[in-house]
Amino acid sequence: MHVVIIGNGISGITAARFIRKHSDFAITVISNESDEFFSRTALMYVYMGHMRLRDTQPYEPGFWKKNRIDRKRGWVQKIDQGDRVLYLADGERISYDRLIIATGSRSNKFGWPGQDLDRVHGLYHLQDLEAMEAASAGLERAVIVGGGLIGVEMAEMFHSRHIPVTFLVRETSFWDIVLPPEESAMINRHLLEQGIDLRLNTELREVVGDEQGRAVGVITQSGEEIACGFVGLTAGVSPNIGFLQNSGIEVKRGVLVDENLQTNIPGIYAVGDCAEMRTPQPGRRPIEAVWYTGRMMGETVAHNICNPDTPVAYNPGIWFNSAKFFDIEYQVYGDIRAQAPANHRSLYWEHPDGRRSIRIVYDAGTEVVLGFNVMGIRYRHEVCQHWLAQKATIETVLCELPLANFDPEFFPAYEAFVLAKYAQQTGKQIQTNHRRGLREVLTLLGK
Amino acid sequence: MAAVNPSLSLIGARTHQVLNAGQKGALTLTGIGLLLLFLAFFGVSLPAPTVWLVVSLLALGLGGAWYGWAAYRQLPAGIKNNGVWLASLTSRGILGWLTAIVLTGFYVLLYFFPAHLGLATVAGEANQGIVGFFDPLSRVLNGNPASQWFVYGTLYTVAILAMGVKFIYKYRHNRYQVVRTLSVMFFQLGFAFLIPEILSALQQPSMDLKNMWPLNYYFFYDWNIKKLATSGGLGIFMLGWGVAMIFVVSPVLTYLYGKRWYCSWVCGCGGLAETAGDPFRQLSDKSLGAWKVERWVIHSVLVLAVIMTLAVLHSFFRSNPATYWVTREMFLGVAIATLLGVALLLWLRPRVFKGVPVWVKGLATVLLIGIVVLTLQAYLQNQSRIFGLSSYKLREWYGFYIGSIFSGVIGVGFYPIFGSRVWCRFGCPMAAILGLQQRFFSRFRITVNGGQCISCGNCSTYCEMGIDVRAYAQRGQDVVRASCVGCGICAAVCPRGVLRLENSAADVSTRAAALRTLHLDPKEGVRLL
Repeated sequence: MHVVIIGNGISGITAARFIRKHSDFAITVISNESDEFFSRTALMYVYMGHMRLRDTQPYEPGFWKKNRIDRKRGWVQKIDQGDRVLYLADGERISYDRLIIATGSRSNKFGWPGQDLDRVHGLYHLQDLEAMEAASAGLERAVIVGGGLIGVEMAEMFHSRHIPVTFLVRETSFWDIVLPPEESAMINRHLLEQGIDLRLNTELREVVGDEQGRAVGVITQSGEEIACGFVGLTAGVSPNIGFLQNSGIEVKRGVLVDENLQTNIPGIYAVGDCAEMRTPQPGRRPIEAVWYTGRMMGETVAHNICNPDTPVAYNPGIWFNSAKFFDIEYQVYGDIRAQAPANHRSLYWEHPDGRRSIRIVYDAGTEVVLGFNVMGIRYRHEVCQHWLAQKATIETVLCELPLANFDPEFFPAYEAFVLAKYAQQTGKQIQTNHRRGLREVLTLLGK
Repeated sequence: MAAVNPSLSLIGARTHQVLNAGQKGALTLTGIGLLLLFLAFFGVSLPAPTVWLVVSLLALGLGGAWYGWAAYRQLPAGIKNNGVWLASLTSRGILGWLTAIVLTGFYVLLYFFPAHLGLATVAGEANQGIVGFFDPLSRVLNGNPASQWFVYGTLYTVAILAMGVKFIYKYRHNRYQVVRTLSVMFFQLGFAFLIPEILSALQQPSMDLKNMWPLNYYFFYDWNIKKLATSGGLGIFMLGWGVAMIFVVSPVLTYLYGKRWYCSWVCGCGGLAETAGDPFRQLSDKSLGAWKVERWVIHSVLVLAVIMTLAVLHSFFRSNPATYWVTREMFLGVAIATLLGVALLLWLRPRVFKGVPVWVKGLATVLLIGIVVLTLQAYLQNQSRIFGLSSYKLREWYGFYIGSIFSGVIGVGFYPIFGSRVWCRFGCPMAAILGLQQRFFSRFRITVNGGQCISCGNCSTYCEMGIDVRAYAQRGQDVVRASCVGCGICAAVCPRGVLRLENSAADVSTRAAALRTLHLDPKEGVRLL
C-alpha cells in the first residue's frame, strides 16, 4: 500500500506520522514549498530574528528516514484518479493507492488593480517570507491591507525591523467580525501604542506600480495615496486547490469531504485548510484554517486509512483558538460572538491598564456558560473545556474561577474583580473557596 | 505620489537595534569602567587609586543597569527578542567570537596565570596590576590585600547586579522573572560576596552558605573540615549546615519545587547565566545527540565527584582517626548505606523509575556497588589509596579539569558560543544530583495547556538547557526533565500561553507519562484532552 500526501504542512505531516504509527505502508509526502516541515505559524519569528528557520522545524532531519517517510519536492499538476496516478510539473508520474490532499491555503486577492505587481505579497508560504526579506532593505514604508491575524503578524514583523507600517482595515474596528467590541477596541489602542499607523474604515482601491512593475504605493477607496515599497495583502486565505480542476474530485470553496474526511472519490482524502466539511459539527465552520484542526484531521485520516473497517468521524470538539497581537495574548474557548445574540449575556472585566480582560459569556435563560475570551491573561484549556462540556452555570464557573488561571506563578489574581463585576451586574455575591494551582485542577478534572 | 500623512508610526519608529542616546551613554559609561580596569591590568598607576576603583566599579554597574533601562523602558512591556538571531553578538557572529575569546582569556589568566593579573607571588610583596587595583576594597571588606579571587568575585557580583537590573527591565511584565532575578541578585551580593568577606574580617571561618557540595567540591577537603572544626561554634554550625543542605534542605526543597529553587533562584553560576548570560540562552544545542552527550558527561562528573570526595574523606579519617567525634567507621557506614540505599531504591521502587531502561539501572547499580566494594577494601587493608588512586592526585585533577577548565573557562568563557548554561547542563555535579531528584522525586513539572501549542519553537529556542520543550508541548506531555532549571523563560516567550511551571503531588508518579492533548480514541474519534 502506497499512501501519497500532497502538502507537508501540519495536516499532511501529522497524517504521515500517524500512518507510520499504525501501519507499514509506504508513505510519500510531496511539497513544492520546502524540503523540511516547519511551523507555518512561526514564520514571522524568523523574519523578526527570534528564531532561525531551522528552529521552526519540529523534527530533526533524521526523523524522516527513521520513520520511513519519503519526501519529494515537486508540483502536482494533475490527478488521474481512474489510474490512481499523479503527474508532477516536471513530467514525473507517481502512482498511489491512497491519496491525501493537504495543500493548505493561499492568500486572498479580490481583484484589486495592481495586486499581482512585484513587492505585493500575502504571508502564508515560505516564499512570501523570502519576498518580504528581499524587499526589506531600505524599505521606507509597508502598507498592509486586511485587519486579521495575518495582517497584525505582518505589521509586527515590519515593526520589528523599524519599518513604518500603515495598516488598512476595512472594518470600523480591528477584527470586529470575530472580537467583541471591547476586545477589538483594546487591540486598536495597542496597535496605536506600538506605533502602527492604523487606518480603520479604510479600503484598498488599487496598488500603484512603477515602470519596472514594482509596487510603489496604494490608493484607498477615499482616494488617498500612500507611498510604500511593499504591499501586504492579508485579507484572509482560501483553500489552495486550483490544481484539482477537472480532476473529478468534488470541490466547493475547498475539497468537499465527508465526516471520515474522504472526498467523493474513494481512496482520496483531504485534510487541513483545504478541506471543506460537507456537514460540519455543530458550532464549527465547514473550513477552519487553524493549526490544531489540521493536526486532528491528520490523525483522523491516518486512522481511517489504516483501519478502513472501523473509521471514525472527524470531531474537533468545542471551539478554541489563540493568537498574539504584538504584546497582547488572546485565548478563546467556546462560543464568543462579535455581535452577541439576544440570549448571550456577557460578564466582562477589563484591567485599568487596558491591556488585559476576561469575558465570560453565558445563556441569559439557563445561565449555562457558553464561552471564555481572555486578553493578556492565560486560561487553562482543560478547565474551560471541562466547564463547557459539563454545561456549568455561571455561578459554578465563578466559584471555581481561580482554577482556570494559567498565568505564571506570582502573577496578580483578578478573580475578585470578576466576581465584583458579577455582583455589580446581577446583585449576586459569589464566593470562591478555590485556589489557583495544579492540585485543585487535577481534583476538578478527576485525574 | 502624495506625501505620507504624518502618522503615528513616525513616533513609533522606535529603535533598539540602532542604539538610542541612552544606550550609547550607558555603553560609554561601561566602557570607562572597563578602560580603568585595562589601565590597571597594564600597570598604569593613577593617583588616588581608591577613587578610580570606585569610579570603575560604579561605571560598570551603573552603566550596565542604565543600558537595560535605556533599551527597554521606552518600549511597551513584552517579549524583547527582536533581532536576536540577526545581531552579531548573539548569533555567533564576529562580536560573539571576540567576546568568547576575551572572556576565555580572562579565565585562563585567572586560573592559571594570576601573576599576570598582578597577584604578588612572593610573600611580603605588594600586589600589582588589576589585583593591586582592588586592594583598597579588599582591605575595607576583609582587612587583607586582594587576591585574584577577590577581583573575580567583585566583578562577578557587579555583573550579576547590573545585568540583573537589565533583565528585570526586559521582563518587567513577568513577575516570576522579576522575583527570581531579585533572588539571585540577593544571594550573590549577600551570601556569595558580602557575608564571607565580613566573616573573614571578623576572623571567623568564611563560607558561602548557599554553596553546596558537590558544586562546592572542596567542602569535604581536609583543610576545610579542619578549618571549620577548629573555629568554634560558628565553624561547627557551618559544617552541620553544609551536611544538612545535602541531606535535608535540598531534597525537601527539590521535592516541593524542583531544582529551580537552587539553580535559577540561588546559585551563583545560575545567577550569572540568568543575567549576564541571558543574551546567549538561544545558543544551546537542542539536538537529541546533545541530550545524549549531556547525560553521559554530567553523570560521569557526578560519579567522579563522589569518588573524589570519598577518597579525600577516607584519607582524612585515616590520618585523623580520633580527632573528631565522627569516626572513620561512622563515616564509612553513612557513605556505604547511602550508596547501597540508592542502588536498592532503583530496584525496589520500580514505579518511580518507570521508563528507565534496565541497562541504565544495571550500570548505576554496578557503579554504586563497585564504589562500595573498593571503599571497603581500602578500609580493611588500611590503605591510603582508594580506587588505586591517591586522593591528592584525584582532587588536584578534579580541581584543574572540572573546577577550573570546565566550570570557568568553558562554562562562562564560551557563553557566546554554546549558550549560558554549558557548565550547568554538562558539568555541574550538583545539578546532576538535583536533576535526578527532580526527575524521580519531585512535584515539579512544566504543564502544557491543552491543544494550544502551534509548534512554533520559541520555547525550545530560548531554553538555555537545550531542552526541546516543543517536543513535549506539541504532544501535550508535561515536561519532566532532570536538566530543567525552572527559569520559566519557555513559558514567558510562548506566544500562545501554553506552558506553566507547576508543582503538585496529586499525580506525582504519572506526571512524566501523561499525554493530555489531542489524540484519537477509536471509540470516540479524535477527541480533545
